[in-house]
Amino acid sequence: MTKLQVASSPHHHNQRDTGAVMRLVVYAAIPGIAVQTYMFGYGVLVQLVLAVMTAVVTEVVILEIRKKNTERAVKDYSALLCGLLLAISIPPLAPWWIIVIGTFFSIAIVKQLYGGLGFNLFNPAMAGYVMLLISFPVQMTAWLPPVSLTIQNVGLWDTIHTIFTGYTASGFSIAQLQATVDGATMATPLDHIKTALSEGYVISEGLNDKIFNASMGVGWAPVSFAYLIGGLVLIKAKVINWHIPASMIIAAMAVSAVLSIYDMSTHASPWFHLVNGSLIVGAFFIATDPVSASTTNRGRIIFGALIGFWIIVIRTWGGYPDAIAFAVVLMNLAVPLIDYYTKPRTYGHQNKVRNMAKPSPAKKSQQGDK
Amino acid sequence: MKGFASFDTVLERLSVGRLWDFPGGVHPAQEKSLSNKEVIKNLPLPEYVYVPIKQHIGVDSELLVTLGDKVLKGQALTASENPYAVPVHASSSGLVTAIGEHPAAHPSGLPEMTVTITLDGKDDAIATQGISQYKEASKHDIISAICNAGISGLGGAGFPTHIKSNTIKPVEFLIINGIECEPYISADDRLMREHAWQIRQGIDILHHLIKPKRVIIAIEDNKPEALETMSIACQQQSEYHVVSVPTKYPAGGERQLIQVLTSREVPSDGLPIDIGCVMYNVGTCFAVADAIIEGKALTQRVVTVTGKAIDKPQNVWAKIGTPVSHLLENSAFDVNKQAYPRIIMGGPMMGFTLASAKIPIVKITNCILAPAAKELPSVEDERGCIRCSACADACPVSLLPQQLFWYSKAKDYDVAQEYDLFDCIECGACAYVCPSEIPLVHYYRQAKGDIRAQLHEKEQAEKARIRFEARQQRLESEKQAREEKHRLAAQARTEALNSNGGGAKDKIAAALARAKAKKSAQLQPSEDSEDSVNDGASVNANKEKLSPSETASATKAESKND
Repeated sequence: MTKLQVASSPHHHNQRDTGAVMRLVVYAAIPGIAVQTYMFGYGVLVQLVLAVMTAVVTEVVILEIRKKNTERAVKDYSALLCGLLLAISIPPLAPWWIIVIGTFFSIAIVKQLYGGLGFNLFNPAMAGYVMLLISFPVQMTAWLPPVSLTIQNVGLWDTIHTIFTGYTASGFSIAQLQATVDGATMATPLDHIKTALSEGYVISEGLNDKIFNASMGVGWAPVSFAYLIGGLVLIKAKVINWHIPASMIIAAMAVSAVLSIYDMSTHASPWFHLVNGSLIVGAFFIATDPVSASTTNRGRIIFGALIGFWIIVIRTWGGYPDAIAFAVVLMNLAVPLIDYYTKPRTYGHQNKVRNMAKPSPAKKSQQGDK
Repeated sequence: MKGFASFDTVLERLSVGRLWDFPGGVHPAQEKSLSNKEVIKNLPLPEYVYVPIKQHIGVDSELLVTLGDKVLKGQALTASENPYAVPVHASSSGLVTAIGEHPAAHPSGLPEMTVTITLDGKDDAIATQGISQYKEASKHDIISAICNAGISGLGGAGFPTHIKSNTIKPVEFLIINGIECEPYISADDRLMREHAWQIRQGIDILHHLIKPKRVIIAIEDNKPEALETMSIACQQQSEYHVVSVPTKYPAGGERQLIQVLTSREVPSDGLPIDIGCVMYNVGTCFAVADAIIEGKALTQRVVTVTGKAIDKPQNVWAKIGTPVSHLLENSAFDVNKQAYPRIIMGGPMMGFTLASAKIPIVKITNCILAPAAKELPSVEDERGCIRCSACADACPVSLLPQQLFWYSKAKDYDVAQEYDLFDCIECGACAYVCPSEIPLVHYYRQAKGDIRAQLHEKEQAEKARIRFEARQQRLESEKQAREEKHRLAAQARTEALNSNGGGAKDKIAAALARAKAKKSAQLQPSEDSEDSVNDGASVNANKEKLSPSETASATKAESKND
């Protein structure tokens, strides 16, 4: 017989590789993207195209420089997913160079510079978002009103034109596009409430605006629900674990519940926090990025809960209306510590306090011969 | 440790069929229908059998046969006084034509001591006698019979059955493992379907030896026919519970099955007997019945030959020592169906690839698997770990495989052991689910091997150190004894000198005078030897100036230099 090939067990594999996992996440985001397009126009699609192109090109170039197997690495769809997550997070009519710089930063600096897939400390999309928000605050806060409330209808060609030149084909600027039917300038629901509070209004007065539909932001709330569906599909398909989304949402709602019970006039309700802004997208798609999140299930609960806590805190007292990116990046720093202290109890062992300075002797070395 | 479920709690749950669960686990495609549809077949006799002398956990035995001996089926080839040794037997009649190294049925493929028998085709058996009324026999006789029949655990671990049966601690549950959770394998399934009664007899014998409070016969729920036959075989015994266990890999692992049936956990540095449980494979029970009732030694076992590169997948009675090639030939193995030649001994999750088709079937072999091209595709090179912890979700021991992987890869063995590396049962569930296709179990095996080698070296170094220090001590004490001896001798001389009065002094003075005269006589003839003579003269001069006690010490100094 010819030479037999030897290999280590197991010889069986469930054939769901990294590419398959990432692709499933992309598919689960499609309902949310569809609703976002429907509610806010074609901008998000153009940003997606730009983001994906930049992400893949950057990844290929850097991997070539690093002399890695480029084809195999790109097939894991992680660059594509990173671009996608950044594209859905920024204002739909942001200039083209925003998404290009942001995606380049995410892939090249946050991911590849740290060692590539699996080695990055921070969530690449969110670190990129933070960089963009701090560096280009004007462009990053130029949100559009939902289509139902705008005066101007911005078609696909107008969208592309605006993204690349700053003006629609007919010559309107973004500032003009931001005007709603009343002529007032548009803000996101969270931004609106924050401004209202700073001007002395209470929550209920702030909610008394046409951009709200019983405290659910017009356009924003349906988008959140669409992403929620996608997120639940991911949990069912065992692509992500329920620990991070559940703990993040529950903690956020708990903290905001405590605050709003304390003073209902200056603190929005938990329901408000849940459906407005990117809490749901963040919970299911962003904070669950496996590389930068905690790796133990108990650790994930702590990780998610603290992200939820930070989101409410920054939203309430911080300088920015939405806080997903900051909260996630902040907790990424704590992950090694969380992992260290949340080791599960192994079968056959008692719970003991781990002491890294004193490694336990190899008592099982003989039994391991079985 | 989790709460310890009492005997009554376990019994209660058993009676309503509510079992516990173990964490993690995976559900690979089972593929048992390839081989479990037909009865177990007998094979034509092979030309040679290669019987390794050690097929169990423990120590080697001594050979009873030599080259050229004629042996009969069931004849013992080895024996030993050591309780941790299990004898091996000739699995058919023939001539011993070689005793030496032969590739072992082990992942390493390293050679081990093997007895090669050229079969004469007659399959004559040695005369046997069972213990007809074993219930009246002494426990010692039954245990000896089990040992002499060469029975070690057929489930895969190969622990000597006679040691396990010689329990001192009380046993609450005797568990019979008919789970067979690995895909493709159906050997135990067919054995239970066709020989349930003999398995039951084996259980009775073990029950008599161990006297447990209850017996649990656990069978996975993908084997409804086996559940039925075993239920019928055990129906008279109210203490025997035939239980259906939900199919999940690796439910058949000893520790996992105990957890499913009783919720108790075997302590990490302990054995199942510590929590009142003892487990045997159904094949072992079958062999025990053969040994006690008919006195037959363990010479054959059921092996599944399967895989899509096999045109006639089946279960066969394989004689111990049959080369794998013989099984493949008789099952229409088509190597052209494979992407590359590959034979796996065992199942797809825990089996190992063979380096040669001449490797023999041993007591713990339950399957020969020859996958076709698209079956069990080998995974490409590993990617980086994405920390998804699908592995941790799958681990039945609640380990953190990703941490074990990082630290094993970095060779940081102290921390790897902190994460309980040696608790890993190497079931392969983690590597099965890893999206980055990392060969996790391979890393753990390597790390465990390195740690064992390091420990071994440390032990050797420790022994060497102890020996060295003992030697140093011995030399030191010898030196001191010598010095003491010299000191005493010098003391004695001094006393002798003083006590004898001037007698000794006169003798010394006379000797000195003679030496001086001799020197002056030598001085005149030549001047060439002046230097040496002068040295001699100066020594003599010094000697003259010395007092007797100083002379004595000078003498002592001289003798010390001897």
